[in-house]
Amino acid sequence: MDKCIGCHTCSVSCKNVWTSRRGAEYMWWNNVETKPGAGYPLTWEDQERYRGGWEVSGGSLRLKLLKGPGKIRTLANIFFQPNLPTIDDYYEPFTYDYQNLFNAPAGDDQPTARPRSLITGEFMEKIALGPNWDDDMGGSPLYAANDPNLKGLSESQKEMLTKFHKLFFFYLPRICNHCLNPACVASCPSGAIYKRGEDGIVLIDQDTCRAWRFCVSACPYKKPYYNWANGKSEKCIFCYPRTETGQANACAHACTGRIRFVGVLFYDADRIEEVAKTPDERLVDAMRDIVLDPNDPRVIEEARKQGIDENWIVAAQNSPSYNLFKKWRIAMPNHPEFRTLPMNFYVPPLSPVLHNAKAENGGTFDSESMEFFNSIDKMRIPVRYLANMLSAGNEQVVIESLKKQMAVRLWVRQQRVGDIGDSAAKAALSAVGLTPEEAFEIYKLVSLGTFQERFVIPETHRETMTTVDPRLMYEKRGTVGFGSKKQELVSRQW
Amino acid sequence: MDNVLFGVMPYILLMTAIVGAIWRFRSNKYTWSSQSSQFLENKTLFFGSFPWHYGIITILLGHILGLFIPKSIVLWNSVPLRLYVLELTALALGFLALFGLLALIYRRLTNSRVKAVTSGWDVLVLIILLIQVVTGIGNAILYRWGSNWYVATAVPWMWSVLKLQPNVDLVANLPLITKTHIFNALLFIGLIPFSRLAHFVVINPYKYLVRPYQVVRWYRKGGPTVNIVSYK
Repeated sequence: MDKCIGCHTCSVSCKNVWTSRRGAEYMWWNNVETKPGAGYPLTWEDQERYRGGWEVSGGSLRLKLLKGPGKIRTLANIFFQPNLPTIDDYYEPFTYDYQNLFNAPAGDDQPTARPRSLITGEFMEKIALGPNWDDDMGGSPLYAANDPNLKGLSESQKEMLTKFHKLFFFYLPRICNHCLNPACVASCPSGAIYKRGEDGIVLIDQDTCRAWRFCVSACPYKKPYYNWANGKSEKCIFCYPRTETGQANACAHACTGRIRFVGVLFYDADRIEEVAKTPDERLVDAMRDIVLDPNDPRVIEEARKQGIDENWIVAAQNSPSYNLFKKWRIAMPNHPEFRTLPMNFYVPPLSPVLHNAKAENGGTFDSESMEFFNSIDKMRIPVRYLANMLSAGNEQVVIESLKKQMAVRLWVRQQRVGDIGDSAAKAALSAVGLTPEEAFEIYKLVSLGTFQERFVIPETHRETMTTVDPRLMYEKRGTVGFGSKKQELVSRQW
Repeated sequence: MDNVLFGVMPYILLMTAIVGAIWRFRSNKYTWSSQSSQFLENKTLFFGSFPWHYGIITILLGHILGLFIPKSIVLWNSVPLRLYVLELTALALGFLALFGLLALIYRRLTNSRVKAVTSGWDVLVLIILLIQVVTGIGNAILYRWGSNWYVATAVPWMWSVLKLQPNVDLVANLPLITKTHIFNALLFIGLIPFSRLAHFVVINPYKYLVRPYQVVRWYRKGGPTVNIVSYK
């Protein structure tokens, strides 16, 4: 996340490929949020409001949405959902009346292009919200101050939100997490949403979707979207037509900062429920436990027994995700406390630690003291904030990652510039349990990583699929993103 | 006239419903649902959808109950107090449904976002439903103790229709308002496959109560057919 510059290239490539259709204008399957910020849709992280995700109650795992009578509640609320966000929590999609610039009759004033709603087609008085409305608004009292991740921060830390020279913000790129324990799937009364056995992509079967919209409410990340024009829910499809053929998905491919990595993880599906019930402080470790070591001969043998193809095993062994998340332990999931076991992992940002001003002058870091590790808890971005966002409040997990990143920086700087001192750099590495070889591997992947190293995506074996006709294949997979293929006989019927 | 309305039309409209449903489900399963507009407007919808659905579903179940266990209904009604309880409950639910329906109609007419997703079919459905609820409440108020005479007139007529020996005499002498109620119900049935009413025949959700939380699908030939994740 250190290197995300908030350029939205990922969002735009996704939008151009998948959601530039009627009813989908407001959807951003991939979006990049400024943090601290209210996010998209507004305050999506606040599950007191939306009741997304899971909770452990009486020793069993239960959808938060199903408070009280359990699954019956889903059916009781089928006519009206109290926790559903509306279009106003996202934004009303609009265009501008550009034609007026050309067609306006001659007059004394410059013609203007007034905003026009893409839903009703009527002119809008004013645009109240739009895509990335709070982009870069790090210190905004309206947006940043309402970030649900700020809970548990000290007053002085909160003060940094409003003091211009102490301000911090960074970017959080978000797509569907394709969770191991997806709440959207678990909430669908029609059974239209499913996880694909072969690659774990979560899809919505458009023919079976009956517009109940429980997925929208249940997903704590608010990544299924309701298409108001055709009455179907849609979500990120992980660009499956691309990944099935071994190509990187559009958002990851387009990333200008080259900070996205895509790889295969093997996991133990029998343990999902147990891991999802783990108490908050051990959640990230439990998630790392459920991911299996693809080099372990027993894992390889079991994978073969399960019919996993050789190219998938090789891909898992070269998986950048495995290295970042489990082997090096520097990446972590977003909001694991929602207990869906999300499968996108973020490397927490180091923030501007190398701040010039000395501590006594009001700066947060004294660059001459070389006390890099001790300064981590004095960083601009409070560790508490990152822990709320990435580790269910466990600060140790975040600090471990930050220290490792810092140690790798020191070590590489010693190799390239040589002003740290060999023993100091080595000491920094050993303090976090890294060998110089591992440090070099980390550096090589995250700084120099080639396309082939960042995206290790095995091809799906289509010849073993139930249908081999590619056209039928997409049909069988549901057609989100492709739009309705059928012509209506008598206008719209539903 | 009565012969056409209550002797022939039931068959035409029932056939329309059945053939239409099969045709639409097979050719265009994609559209078999009701398009929700809660995403566009949810404040008025709360006052419309909840009372409407709970009111009308209970009343509909009452009608169906009368069709299948007419004798028990008459037996229940033999004590006046029980008759009053039944009739008053039904009337109250009728008003609840009417209130909800009026809220929904108001919402469709006034909210520009909802108007943007309203089709001609939706308007037709609302008109038919309004006629149905108003005539139903009219029946209950003007011709009291409908739960008793429903069993003696419309129920045997419905059975005669279902047994392919339509006995139009059973309903021919009913008041106009009741006849409207009955014929309008037939129109409603005929409309089901061609409008958003299709959502009325969605039987999937019951499965939700018994299936495991998670659903996994495999594309692989000979792959596992059962879920690998089985907790409920």
